[in-house]
Amino acid sequence: MVRVLKLELRGITKRFGTLLANDHIDVVVEPGQIHCLLGENGAGKSTLMNVLYGLYEPSEGEILVDDKAVSFRGPGDAMAAGIGMVHQHFMLVPVFTVAENVALGAEPTKAAGFLNLEETRRRIKEISDQYGFDVDPDALVEDLPVGVQQRVEIIKALVRNAKVLILDEPTAVLTPQETDELLDIMRQLKASGTSIVFISHKLREVKEVSDTITVIRRGKVVGTADPAAPTAELASMMVGRAVSLNLDKAPAQPKEKTFEVRDLTVIAPNGQHVVDGLSFDIARGEILAVAGVQGNGQTELTEAILGLQDRVSGSIRLDGKELLGRSVKEVLHAGVGFVPEDRKVDGLVGTFSVAENLVLDLYDKPPFAKGISMSPAKILENAKARIGEFDVRTPSAVAAAGTLSGGNQQKVVMARELSRPLRLFIASQPTRGVDVGSIEFLHRRIVAERDQGTPVMIISTELDEVMELADRIAVLYKGKLVGIVPAGTSRDVLGLMMAGIPPEEHGHPTGQAPSAATASTSDAEGGDHV
Amino acid sequence: MSTKVSSPLPGKPQPGNTPAGTGTAAVSGKPVTWRTPVLLTAFGLIALVFFGLMAPNQTASFGISTGEDFFQLPALEVNAFAAGIVLSVLLLGLAAYAVYLKSQNRPAPGWLTVSFIVLFVAAFLIWVVGGARTPSISLAGLIAGSVTLAVPLVFGSLSGVLCERVGVVNIAIEGQLLGGAFTAAIVASMTQNPFIGLLAAAVAGAVVSMVLALFSIKYLVNQIIVGVVLNVLVSGVTGFLFSTVMQANKAQFNSPPGLDIIEIPVLSSIPIIGPILFRQSLVGYLMYVAVLVVWVGLFKTRWGLRVRAVGEHPQAADTLGINVNATRFWNVTLGGAVAGIGGSFFTLVAIDSFTKEISGGRGFIALAALIFGRWNPIGAFFAALLFGFADNLQSIVTIIGTPVPSQFMAMLPYLVTVLAVAGLVGRSRGPAASGIPYVKG
Repeated sequence: MVRVLKLELRGITKRFGTLLANDHIDVVVEPGQIHCLLGENGAGKSTLMNVLYGLYEPSEGEILVDDKAVSFRGPGDAMAAGIGMVHQHFMLVPVFTVAENVALGAEPTKAAGFLNLEETRRRIKEISDQYGFDVDPDALVEDLPVGVQQRVEIIKALVRNAKVLILDEPTAVLTPQETDELLDIMRQLKASGTSIVFISHKLREVKEVSDTITVIRRGKVVGTADPAAPTAELASMMVGRAVSLNLDKAPAQPKEKTFEVRDLTVIAPNGQHVVDGLSFDIARGEILAVAGVQGNGQTELTEAILGLQDRVSGSIRLDGKELLGRSVKEVLHAGVGFVPEDRKVDGLVGTFSVAENLVLDLYDKPPFAKGISMSPAKILENAKARIGEFDVRTPSAVAAAGTLSGGNQQKVVMARELSRPLRLFIASQPTRGVDVGSIEFLHRRIVAERDQGTPVMIISTELDEVMELADRIAVLYKGKLVGIVPAGTSRDVLGLMMAGIPPEEHGHPTGQAPSAATASTSDAEGGDHV
Repeated sequence: MSTKVSSPLPGKPQPGNTPAGTGTAAVSGKPVTWRTPVLLTAFGLIALVFFGLMAPNQTASFGISTGEDFFQLPALEVNAFAAGIVLSVLLLGLAAYAVYLKSQNRPAPGWLTVSFIVLFVAAFLIWVVGGARTPSISLAGLIAGSVTLAVPLVFGSLSGVLCERVGVVNIAIEGQLLGGAFTAAIVASMTQNPFIGLLAAAVAGAVVSMVLALFSIKYLVNQIIVGVVLNVLVSGVTGFLFSTVMQANKAQFNSPPGLDIIEIPVLSSIPIIGPILFRQSLVGYLMYVAVLVVWVGLFKTRWGLRVRAVGEHPQAADTLGINVNATRFWNVTLGGAVAGIGGSFFTLVAIDSFTKEISGGRGFIALAALIFGRWNPIGAFFAALLFGFADNLQSIVTIIGTPVPSQFMAMLPYLVTVLAVAGLVGRSRGPAASGIPYVKG
């Protein structure tokens, strides 16, 4: 089975209204290569691939397959030309079986349109065996782990004889081990002749598998790079200026423990224990990073602390006072600063001005309000000070917050939360969808808050971020605490923990303090600071 | 009860109620709730007090055969008091078993709920009939009449299935039934041909649906609002035309020739089953065919797979080259045609003329049947039968004269609807994208 195909994008331009998402992009994907499109979130990579896959029509430019110009009116045409795509958000029907999902759109049928899924099952088994996927054709997709769902997506493309496979941010939802498995699969696919377009902003993975790297910045190709190039060089190409990838933070100076969580359990509306018996402490002047694959109870944990969850039991104490059962407002008044995971939904009001967003939780108190009247002059003054302090790139203080870039929106949220004296600072996904340059800045601010003696809790699904910021790392799996380990714990150990395997079962020493692994019992935090 | 709606009803695999492999039962899977055991116990006690202890010591008689059957079965005669006690004890036994299962952290199986409902209905029937002035009804007539009353409901809920499975909420079933009824009457009257009237009814239903489809799919207007507006519009237009046109010349515009009852020889004389399956009008036979065709179509064919994909995850369907909005448009249109045929039942089979609001809110009951039937054609069929049964029961019971005031009996079909949808279905899960317009990109 020899499958080769040369793919070329020539001068692709895509406009959405006045926004130029892709600006004359040229990319050549040689047969049998892993070609990486490297760029930050919002650089235009996904738009480009959606154009290639026929989901968007290009405003200008052409697509060439084996040097012949083609035009795709829809994904059907792209698939017929041998292009398959695995979307960042899986395009699988959760209540269908694997076979039904794979068959959809190109269903083998018997007479009168009756489905013939036998044929599909056979093909799934064939591909599954060839690449060691271990996928059951009759399993319901919603019952499968994310990593397996991704393989179903790959099978979907292969069944349609894809010669070029586009993988859009495929590792965003995977544990480190699953990521390594995916990289292996990519190498196998390449060996069997399938070209791969690998879209990512994660330098480590890109360097590991790519044959060629095309760097995209603000909708333009800024150059190609050699996978062997140093990480810092790739990062600065991606961002457009030199960035320091390593945060130099001083070792933590933990003081007394002022934030205590005991046996915290949150029950979801469907009756599931989404947070299950969590106990941990955070000391003043340290950062506890909560790691875990998305959807393992992180959202509910932060919401429970803030008072946004209804069915909560256990205890959450800050400075000796119980927070559980108090209103959100009372919790904020107790000195909790909170950066929510989705700034567009919970962090900002997009149609409000930057200045208004900067006082969303302070608007009713002096100096911004007196009685029932607000003081716009004070609010504007405050805005100017914060914008300067946090280097928010905005046309003006009265511009609508929704028009800012992701990084600048996040700076607005962070500036607001850090602008009052805090007794606890919680930041959920503090740098998701934020450009590398802003990440650096936001990380420094978080560390600065720690150094002022505030207990800090960071929730992140990005392992790099966790390892960079954490003084201690708590890993969540299915709502339970797998363990709390010191900073500097290896990526492998953390990866296994993210899959639910506590460090003492890993079969090799972690090389760290022995007490690290026992933190799941409430009184074991005793000496596990490094 | 399972909450899966994707798998077809017959031969449906029980979704994993056993905790998945590892972990304790408390965290993995859906926890077993107290709701079913508590509900069953409450209803069991109600049965014991009312249908058992308070039952009159009179014999209730249920006729099984009709005069046309080729062999006669004797009528079933039971003492209301004794039967009430026996049945309510059985009901409490089932409830106790459900409680026992819950204490073992196991859910009540489907057969338990179903047998409970059947026994409860039987106890209720015996109690009502036993307390009547003439304690005798024809069971065959009760069931056959239920099917007759259910026909428009079944068509209505099939229409709902077709629309919701593809992601459009069809609140306009009532309008489609009414439009079908009106058009069937006027066209059949003018052509003096009921078959042309039937066809015209389908077209009328489809036209109402196309308006719904156009506004909700192309112009992204809220589907509920379009549906409600359509119901009001059809009601107003047919009412106006009825008063101005039909009333003025009844002979020409409102005396449709009916569709005759077609009896299939021999088979139609089987007791009970005969009249239900083999003594129907063309619309009645079409109903059985439609239920089977929609079921087979949805779960066994390429068309059905695509329809369900569009209703569950339209973006996934789009990325596989399926035209989401065209699929939605034509399915909603088809759904309207099905409801239109159901509407023709009012004027071509049940009554031989059109009157204002002849559908009488049955479109909404059909909507309830659709949800009670869990978006499954066969489920919807049985749900519609249940509502038809309640409807028929209240009229028969009023005739034979029961101690229960007739106003209360008139509430029965609606009470059953509310209990069925709110109490028994629980949190059932419809197609994920139902009611959400699809916008590319």
